[in-house]
Amino acid sequence: MSSIPHDHAHDGHGHDDHAHHPTGIMRWVTTTNHKDIGTMYLLFSLGMFFVGGVLALTIRTELFQPGMQVVHPEFFNSLTTLHGLIMIFGAIMPAAVGFANWMIPMMIGAPDMAFARMNNWSFWLLPPAAIMLIGSFFVPGGAAAGGWTLYPPLSVQAGMGTDLTIFAIHIMGASSIMGSINIITTILNMRAPGMTLMKMPMFVWTWLITAYLLIAVMPVLAGAVTMLLTDRHFGTSFFNAAGGGDPVLFQHVFWFFGHPEVYIMILPSFGIVSEIIPTFARKPLFGYASMVYAVASIAILSFIVWAHHMFTVGLPAAGLLFFMYATMLIAVPTGVKVFNWLATMWRGSMTFETPMLFSVGFLFLFTMGGFTGLVLAITPVDIQLQDTYYVVAHFHYVLVAGSLFAFFAGAYYWLPKWTGTMYDETLGKWHFWAAMITFNITFFPMHFLGLAGMPRRIPDYAQQFTDWNMVATVGAFGFGISQLIFVWVLIKCMRGDGAKAPAKPWEGADTLEWTLPSPAPYHSFETPPVIK
Amino acid sequence: MSNGPTHDRPAAGESAAGAVHDRREDTRQANRRMLKRLAVVAVGMFGFGFLLVPFYEQICNVTGLREIARADVVENTQVVTSRTIRLELDSNVRHLDWGFRSLEPFVDIHPGELRQVVYEITNNTGRMITGQAIPSYGPQHAAPYFKKLECFCFAKQTLQPGETRRMPVVFVIDPKAPDDLGTITLSYTFFEVEGAATDIQGAVKPPETSTKTRSNS
Repeated sequence: MSSIPHDHAHDGHGHDDHAHHPTGIMRWVTTTNHKDIGTMYLLFSLGMFFVGGVLALTIRTELFQPGMQVVHPEFFNSLTTLHGLIMIFGAIMPAAVGFANWMIPMMIGAPDMAFARMNNWSFWLLPPAAIMLIGSFFVPGGAAAGGWTLYPPLSVQAGMGTDLTIFAIHIMGASSIMGSINIITTILNMRAPGMTLMKMPMFVWTWLITAYLLIAVMPVLAGAVTMLLTDRHFGTSFFNAAGGGDPVLFQHVFWFFGHPEVYIMILPSFGIVSEIIPTFARKPLFGYASMVYAVASIAILSFIVWAHHMFTVGLPAAGLLFFMYATMLIAVPTGVKVFNWLATMWRGSMTFETPMLFSVGFLFLFTMGGFTGLVLAITPVDIQLQDTYYVVAHFHYVLVAGSLFAFFAGAYYWLPKWTGTMYDETLGKWHFWAAMITFNITFFPMHFLGLAGMPRRIPDYAQQFTDWNMVATVGAFGFGISQLIFVWVLIKCMRGDGAKAPAKPWEGADTLEWTLPSPAPYHSFETPPVIK
Repeated sequence: MSNGPTHDRPAAGESAAGAVHDRREDTRQANRRMLKRLAVVAVGMFGFGFLLVPFYEQICNVTGLREIARADVVENTQVVTSRTIRLELDSNVRHLDWGFRSLEPFVDIHPGELRQVVYEITNNTGRMITGQAIPSYGPQHAAPYFKKLECFCFAKQTLQPGETRRMPVVFVIDPKAPDDLGTITLSYTFFEVEGAATDIQGAVKPPETSTKTRSNS
């Protein structure tokens, strides 16, 4: 699977002579090593990224022209629903946990995660959940089709695909909670002597706060889908209006989870970018303390803005105003971060290797997504744009060009450390520019479509939307194909096809993982380093 | 300030091996304590999700968002005879073997005019059933202009086996209703009130046998 298993045999460190760990597939099933588990998380999320991508391309194929050509409308609804669920719970979140597993112990000088067995379990819960999600396409009635947000009444009435989705969410939620407990405990209890909280790398900080968010809100989502389940099968009426329930209640409970979830998906990316930009600007991160406070403020504010997803359900005017201003307030700490990154680059000795390219691309496109978010935060504007392609454009700018680009940046940044082989810089640059250009071809026209009134999640559209939809579909296929370059780069690295990576391939990097040889030995920091 | 403090790896002296072991054991215990605390938080937040349900009910009560079973206050009953609005009267039942109809299919009325229409319900089953009617309006934005002074939907209705009941709705259409409102559809749907043991409206007696027959959709 990767070069890690056989590299530790000749890395010259005497302390990895665990002669009796199993080989072959059982090695991966039973492993408790944070690096193995990190690798599995990352490869799993890459696989799910392609599954979700195939669903997205099927959606774009149908939307190439008005009218129904490729899929049935019911199946189209399943496609949009499962694309969202798989990308969020299968691709983005596990990728972030994969980075955490690989990097946090190495960055804080810990030998492994705090609960190594639970770590193994956290990962191995994911494949069954993924099988349930994907398998739901093949059950009678098809996969869940009410949107990834699972709003009742559709989700109460739909077929057994929705039950599978609910169970999958339960399992993935349990996995996330266990992973978060592990991460928090590791960070708080296992730092190397001398590494105070305010000396931790930013990536570790962002994950510490993300993990707290996960523990606070994943159980709420579990509660919400449990209520859906009992409404569906056990005669309760939490959301069933016929029994005195209220479908709008689900939206409140769901978005109480869902908005912090947005920051769960972006904060680790903030952390990765906060590592990469100082490295390639060859300057320390500007305003480290303010970065920490900004992340904490974003996390706290994320709990009081959920109803901006529901401006059109009939909230009282006072509620609309409160949630509008609270949402706009989040732009302040986010702006602090953006300006700190810019100030880090200011007068730095910048070079633009692939990780830096993806980070700068992230900064540019994420900020654009942030601005469209501010537009949507304005209640009267949102009422106009609710459920249009403008919203689709907005959240793909912050999720794809935000989270995903930062993960690519992180992958290129740490691939030398993970595999011991430098990635192919030319291919990396091709990947970045192809992704950057095709991403914008795909998603920028969606702003126009949304402003013109094209609704999301509908398989057909009025003829005047045809041109930009064709452009978006062409862009989407380009974006999908350009990700294959990354797979190529990854395979080359994993096979050792490339220059041997030095311990510290990046001149400006100064976090602890670069003191270890490349590839990182199977067991690292058995004896904690001392931080001065 | 810098995120990467300088460091060098100290050689662990053999004499410190015992101390290292102690520190590992301490860490392990601290980790377990942390695991328990965080697990409690997670379980608590699962409960918090359910706590949001009564909390939401309270918010709705305080803000009056769901008070549909309340008579409207009508101040100005100036009749605008120059304008006529057609009111279509619709009736539905949901999973309930009741006959439910309006005596008139539609009425033409002037805004500001006080009118009464009558609905009739019949319990076709052999058991006593309590039901609640929920109104809805088409178009939706007509709702604020449709002022009900009296309505059978303000209370639960309990019908003996085979009983028929005629019930009034007394209403005024607000003269401020926008001009494009030519036709309003008033639609009632009767739902069975499951196990209506207590009656918040105080209008009907609780049925002796609570019925647990609601079916899932």
